Order: sequence, then structure tokens, then C-alpha cells
Amino acid sequence: MATNDASTTNRLAVTFASCQTANRAALIGYLTAFDPDEEQSFERLCAACEGGLDVLELGVPFSDPTADGPVIQEAMVRALQSGATLDGVLRLAGRLRDRFADLPIVLFGYANPLLRRPIATVVELLENAGIDGLLVVDLPPEHNVELRQAAAARGISWVGLCAPTTPPARAARVMADATGFVYGVSLTGVTGSALDTNSPELRTYIDGLCTHAQTPVAIGFGIKHAEQVRALAPMVDGIVVGSELVRASLRSSDDLRAKVRELANACRRGD
Amino acid sequence: MNQPSKPPLPPSPQMLGSFGEFGGRYVSETLMPAVEQLAEQWPLAWQDPEFLREYNDILRDYVGRPSALTEAPRLAKALRASDPPRIFLKREDLNHTGAHKINNCIGQVLLARRLGKTRIIAETGAGQHGVATATACAYFGMPCVVYMGAEDVARQSLNVVRMRLLGAEVVPVHSGSATLKDAINAALRDWVASVRDTHYVIGSVMGPDPYPLMVRELQRVIGDEARAQMLKRTGKLPDTVVACVGGGSNAMGIFAAFVEDTSVDLVGIEATGEGVETARHAATMARGKLGIYHGMRSLVLQTDDGQLQEAHSISAGLDYPGIGPEHAHLRETGRAKYFGVSDTEALEAMQLLAQTEGIIPALESAHAIAGLKHVLALYPGQAPVILLNLSGRGDKDMHTVMGHLDPDALEMIGVREASGKKGTDGH
Ligand SMILES: Cc1ncc(COP(=O)(O)O)c(C=O)c1O
Repeated sequence: MATNDASTTNRLAVTFASCQTANRAALIGYLTAFDPDEEQSFERLCAACEGGLDVLELGVPFSDPTADGPVIQEAMVRALQSGATLDGVLRLAGRLRDRFADLPIVLFGYANPLLRRPIATVVELLENAGIDGLLVVDLPPEHNVELRQAAAARGISWVGLCAPTTPPARAARVMADATGFVYGVSLTGVTGSALDTNSPELRTYIDGLCTHAQTPVAIGFGIKHAEQVRALAPMVDGIVVGSELVRASLRSSDDLRAKVRELANACRRGD
Repeated sequence: MNQPSKPPLPPSPQMLGSFGEFGGRYVSETLMPAVEQLAEQWPLAWQDPEFLREYNDILRDYVGRPSALTEAPRLAKALRASDPPRIFLKREDLNHTGAHKINNCIGQVLLARRLGKTRIIAETGAGQHGVATATACAYFGMPCVVYMGAEDVARQSLNVVRMRLLGAEVVPVHSGSATLKDAINAALRDWVASVRDTHYVIGSVMGPDPYPLMVRELQRVIGDEARAQMLKRTGKLPDTVVACVGGGSNAMGIFAAFVEDTSVDLVGIEATGEGVETARHAATMARGKLGIYHGMRSLVLQTDDGQLQEAHSISAGLDYPGIGPEHAHLRETGRAKYFGVSDTEALEAMQLLAQTEGIIPALESAHAIAGLKHVLALYPGQAPVILLNLSGRGDKDMHTVMGHLDPDALEMIGVREASGKKGTDGH
């Protein structure tokens, strides 16, 4: 089993540690690569990073994203129409890596586009592009061993997904697999649904994750507003915002940068 | 969360009802517990005499089983005048709602009720599975939502009206190619949000384990009946069993009873649409590559970069870029053979069966009829006995075929253009 690589060369671990020191939750921002094309996507991604993202979750477009709501689905359609490929996404990641040397980049996606090539080839490409972590929605613990271990051998962390429906025994297995962080899906639904951060069930769920996880815990799905982020920041190590950033990016890169800045500020704990 | 210090690990891929390298449970974590519950509860239900009694009673008294076995001598002669084969049609077209789909729906809605689920969702392409699910839900008094690609809503409008008349909510899906694969995506998204109280009735031998296995078992009544009927009628097993293959449920249902009979050839017929060399076909066996989609690992039409491609067939029920994992396995092991049939050949076969035997097949089933020439080629100079699964009737397709087969009828009834054809813009 891969163990959590907490060495200082691991950008994810370093980032979570420095956020902890600064008494804030890490802001993990999702954007779909190549939305709406390579150059505009690069510009938007740069704007988001400049706005203060702690971790970038870079989405690999897929024709059939069954865990995503309409906003991210449509972003993937735009990206594919402009010719997004895995190689293109990794080229984009490489450009971001050159520009933001310390930024942890987690590749988010579905199994099929990744596994078109032999696993050994894929993880080599990921490493060369400077990818720090991998989150594959449709590779549950039953199916992720090969990719997860090959990635680990190249220093690429695995992000484990837990859902509110996950029973304790499964959650333990997900947590054992996770080396980067545990991603707690906040709600029973797709990305972009509405989330009530005041619900007692959510608090109990997050408590459970934090008690048992051996890695940082991030929470995501349905987080849009600074108030939600403020409410969650004291409870978790990271907060993932996806659909709302995609939506802001559709307005302008400046709006996106401003939105990220607002959310990043809300990540501060205290008072 | 109170957990044991050493929790039991989830099952390994080998235990996930895999068919060789095909199958598995490739779903997001939110759905995993529901899929596990099904995998655990389904075998218990299937061994419970009370469950089986209720299922079989409904199939008999409501669906109208056993379905007839009809010999088709004039069709046989038309196909090969000298040494004509003997062809027997398993008449799933005579089932309530007009196709084999109802066998599966009755079983799954019964199971959903047993699991305490109170809402049913389904995807549909041709509308046959949607109609069958809506029917089962009306029968059991369950609310039903059917996702259907907007393209299919347009070309199978009659079935949309049927579903709504049966009390189901039909949700047109505009995303992606707006056909069956997108309807499946939409149903999966609903299920991700509603999984606690909702059962997803998948319409074919596809999706995450245990669906491919469960749907096969719920359709094997076709094969079990046909095997007994053939033995009674001819005193022996057929030489070949033929069926059309979309996702593959009618084929797996009839194959299931013959897989162990190694003397019986199993043949599946897929849709080559406008030709496998064009971009408009649904020939997953001929052109598909291994992929992970819709919860399973199986063959699928996809780009080199792993994006699913749109399929095309004149038959909406075969218009799917994937195929059930057990079929991929049966081909890999050589136990079954697969051939392709084009839109044009299927249309001709529909006409041939109508005029030789007085049976109008569904366009899906017409592919199996057209595929008989490939079967006969396996038996040069012999007169094989062939069992063919006539999976459904053609009423639903009249709108689609009239522009192709009978332009005069269009004029007679004053329709200017058949609206059953898929748009040419590919979207
Ligand atoms: C009459 C009929 N036959 C066949 C099919 C194809 O499905 P399968 O391959 O699962 O039998 C359909 C699907 O809608 C159908 O309606």
C-alpha cells in the first residue's frame, strides 16, 4: 500500500501544512481545461491562480461526465469542441507549472480518457507535466489499485472520494487509499447542486471524515458563496469550489480572479 | 461514525460479477452503496420462492407468457429456395407492450419494491424500455421518470405519448448527442441525487455489476421457454440461436439457456447503420475498443482520445455506442459470433417478414432477420434449424419506415415528409 508522502517536495502536503500554519482552509478551485479553448483556458487558469487558489483541480474533459451537473458538463462540451485531448490538457498543465512553481495541480477526470493508454505511459506523462495528484471519479477502491500504485511510484498522490452515502467500512477503505487528501462529497447529488452548510447532518458527516482520515480532508460540491466557505473553513482542511468558478470564468477572467480572492479570504479561520 | 478497527475490504474486481476482463462497477462513490445493496439483495430475491412465484404469475397473467414459437417456412424458402433452413421465431413481439423489455421491468420493479424504494427512473432509446417501465410502474403504483434523448423523443413520438398516458414523466435530454447514451447519463445523474429512495431500472445487460447479470437472468425466461418449445417441436436443440444486439438483453436472454449446449451456435446481429466505413453506425463489435463508461468496462465506439462517439442506426433501440460486457466476453472466448446488418438491409427484412409471414417486426428485430443470411453462410449445402428471437413488433416504427418503404402511403395520408429520420446535422 502506498503511504502518505509527507516529504517537503510534495506540493500538496506543503500547501496543506502552510495553510494549517496560517490558520486557514486551503481553497481548491476546479476549472475545466480547454474551456472554451486552450489559450482562453490558460488565461482564466492564470487569473484564478493569481486570485489566490491554494490548489488547482484541473478537469480533463470527457464526453459523458455522469457525476457532473450542467455547468461542468457544458464546460466539457465547449472544451471538446475546441479540440481538447489528454495531451493538450497536460501541455496546459505544464505551462501552468512553469508559471506557478509551487502550485499543487490535481488532475480531475473520468477513467476512460486516462486509461486509453497503458498505465505506465499515462503516469509518466502526468509526472512530466508536473501533476501532483489524481482524482478519478469512476475508479472506486475496487478498481483503482493499478493506477493508484503506478501514480504513487511517480510521486503523484491519490485523492479518495467519500460520499454521504458511503458506509463506515467503505470510508475506511477510501481513506486507506488516499495519499493526497480525502475529498468528502458534501451532498448526495451531482456537482453544482445546492448545499446547506448549516445542516447538522453535514457537520456530523464532516466530523466523521476528519476523525478517521489520515490525510487532509477537503469538502466540495455545491459550494458557491463566501458565507458557505466561512462556515466550513473551521471544520475542514480544504474547500473545493467548481461550478461557481466555471460560471465566474464565463463572465470574465477579472470576475474569476475577484471571485477566487473573495473565497480565499473567506477560507481564513479565526474570529 | 463507529467502525471496527479492521473493516472488511470491499470485494476485489474478480468478485464483481466480471465477465473475463469485462464488467465491473465503475461508478462514483455516491452510487457504490446502492450498487452493492443490489448485488447483495438481488441473488436473495432470485432464490426466494415467493419472489419467483410473483414474478412468474405476473409474466403469465399480465405479460402473456409463455410467448409463442412460430415456424416461418415461407421466410425460410424466400431466403434459400433449395435446402431451405427451418426457422423458428420466438415471439417476444406478442408480449404486453410489444417487446421483450417488459420481462426485465416487471422483475426490477418487484425488486425495487422489495428493497423499499418508492420511485423508479429509467432511460430509453426507442421508447420500448420506457414504455415497459412506465407500464410496470402503473401496475405497481410507483412514480416513474423516464429520461429520453431529445432526438429520440422526436423520432419515437408515439412512445412518448404512450409513456405519458401510462402516467410516467418523460424528461427530454438535450445534452451531448441527445440520444440513448445521454439519456443514460441523465438517469445516472438523477440516481446520484436520489439513490436513497429511487431504483434505476436499466434496460439492457449493461451498466455496473450486478445489472448485466440481473437483466440477463430476468430475460432468460425467453431462452428457457424457447429451449423447451424447440425440444418439444423438433425433438432436438436448434443448430443456431440468433438475436439482434443493442445493449444485448434480448440476445443474452435467449442465449442464456443455450450457452452450455456447445452444439448450438450463438449469433448476435449488430447495426451497421449506413456502413462501418462511415461515421454513422452502431457496430460496437466491429469497431468498438475497450473502454470504461456507464459503470462498466466493455467495448465502446470511441475516439483515440477516449471520448465516446455517437452511434447511428435507423433502429433507435440499437443506436447505442456500447454493448453489454457479457457479449464482449462471449465474443472474446469465441462462444458467440457477431455480424452486422445495415439500415437498408433491416428495412428490406422488415418488408420480407411482413409479406412472407404476416408479422411486422420491430426494426431492431428486423436486423436479426436480415442477419439470417450470415447465419446461412455458416451452413453451406445444409438445412440448419434456426431459432430467432423476434424481440419486438414494428408498430412503433411505422412513422420511421413509411418514408423509406412506402412513399405512396405518405402521399395518400397527406404527410409531406417522414419526421422519423434523424437530422443530418448529427446533433
Ligand atoms: C424490440 C427491441 N429489440 C431489441 C432492442 C435492443 O435492446 P437489447 O439489445 O438490450 O435487446 C430494443 C431496444 O429498445 C427493442 O425495443
